[in-house]
Amino acid sequence: MGAPVTRSPVIHVASIRKTYGRTVAVDDVSFAVEQGEIFGLIGPNGAGKTTTMECVEGLRQPDRGDVSVLGLSPGRDAHALQERIGVQLQESQLQKRITVWEAVSFWSSLYRKSLDGAHLIEQLGLSDKRGAWFMTLSGGQKQRLFIALALINDPEVVFLDELTTGLDPQARRAIWDLVRDIRQRGKTVFLTTHLMEEAERLCDRVAIIDHGRIVDIGAPSELVDRHCPERTVIVATEDPSAAQRFAAMPQVDSVTSQGLELTVRGHGDDLITAVIHSLADHQIRVLDFRTELPTLEDVFLKLTGHAIRA
Amino acid sequence: MNFRGLFGLTWLEIKIFLREPLGVFGTVLPALIFIGAGRVFGPRMRTASPDTLSIVSVDVPVFAALMLAVSAVLSLVAIIAIYREGGILRRLRATPLRPYTILIAHVMVKLILTAATIALMFLAGRRDYPVAATVPLASFTVAVLSATVCILSLGFLIASLVPTARFAQPLGTLILYPMFAISGLFLPLDRLPRLLQIIARVTPFSYAVSLLRGIWRGDGWAVHVGDLLAMAGMFLVFTAVSTRVFRWE
Repeated sequence: MGAPVTRSPVIHVASIRKTYGRTVAVDDVSFAVEQGEIFGLIGPNGAGKTTTMECVEGLRQPDRGDVSVLGLSPGRDAHALQERIGVQLQESQLQKRITVWEAVSFWSSLYRKSLDGAHLIEQLGLSDKRGAWFMTLSGGQKQRLFIALALINDPEVVFLDELTTGLDPQARRAIWDLVRDIRQRGKTVFLTTHLMEEAERLCDRVAIIDHGRIVDIGAPSELVDRHCPERTVIVATEDPSAAQRFAAMPQVDSVTSQGLELTVRGHGDDLITAVIHSLADHQIRVLDFRTELPTLEDVFLKLTGHAIRA
Repeated sequence: MNFRGLFGLTWLEIKIFLREPLGVFGTVLPALIFIGAGRVFGPRMRTASPDTLSIVSVDVPVFAALMLAVSAVLSLVAIIAIYREGGILRRLRATPLRPYTILIAHVMVKLILTAATIALMFLAGRRDYPVAATVPLASFTVAVLSATVCILSLGFLIASLVPTARFAQPLGTLILYPMFAISGLFLPLDRLPRLLQIIARVTPFSYAVSLLRGIWRGDGWAVHVGDLLAMAGMFLVFTAVSTRVFRWE
């Protein structure tokens, strides 16, 4: 992972609130995004991710609170800000019969500064689709075109809203590589996703949002350590003494068995080492051995009390 | 105003519109029908009574011009509704384009295509219709375009109100055609029931008909200042209301 070198916030969000009628979409949300990182806003659909992002992009005005992006106010300086940011919107389309090349060249004509469109679509693997109408593109090709449009003005900050929703796993991985490339070029990426795997693999830091409120912010591994220190080791063995040996260890909280499999739950990074030592010391013959580490999905469940898909 | 963006978008939208199966059709079809009708009825018209001739040579062009305006508006309402539903308006807003530039571009597209169709029809009509050589085509085109602008602003209001793209065409039709029916073109205004007369006075069509008929017959613009002012006033009201209630998504 190319860790960002310089660290200064490019996005500041301070206690924003946004309501639609009587529904509170975003409530007292605050966070900062550092220069050069991939920052993810993660949570289930309807948690307030898109509303928050659109307040930062200047497409919406929060009822309360302050937002600053690159030192500008998205509400007041929307026009100046649009020149310096790149945006991919959730579930947005283009004209059905616009060609890839027309879209890229029209978009580049809108900005004072722009990248070479031909080079950009080549990088995104769309060269052979130059003359194709938008409506004929596959889901992955459409998303790559939207990434091209988000990058055409060589922006300092790139916003990606649910970029891989609806894509197959292969297209999704290809898009992840593209996003890492964007960071490689020194851009800051602010994205939203409801896919915990995506957040875990892509983001340097994430903010977990649920019911319009930020629950916690940190690097994925930090959040896992903080909220889910539990470790699980699964050992398959025919040795009848194994269960008692494990249960006697201080790091172990519980041992349950199912058939030949023993599930050893405990806490701390030592657990796995301790189990391995115990196996060696007592010469326990092992048929299978695997560990289960908690993921962001588990962190989410723990913090919000419900699964992300809910 | 970002003129480069405005003209770029206008040109782009014209190209995209002409790629639609109905796009070319809608632009060329009126001219084709016109030519066909001219071939069939043209020879007969030369021997028609002066009364019939006056209807054919004045009211037919006015009717055709207003049909063009109505179809332009219906198409605008549909496009805005489809663009809103597909998030295209939202995507265009997230650029340095000012929001109104996007809407003005669509108005320009409709005006340019309407003007093109009028030109086509005029060229076709010169051959087969006994149109007086003195018809002030340039003034008539300007008059049609001013009426179209006014009706387009009503279209924006309708586009603000339609809930989904599916309702755009039916709702637009339901609002515009009855207005057209009581515009005075088919039946003199003073023969309409009192209530309909009042309604006709607050729609753009009655003024458009009066203006177009007059200009076609050779009236000067000064005679129609009232019509122009009425349409300008409606344009301002429709635009002002639209800017308040227009939904981008």
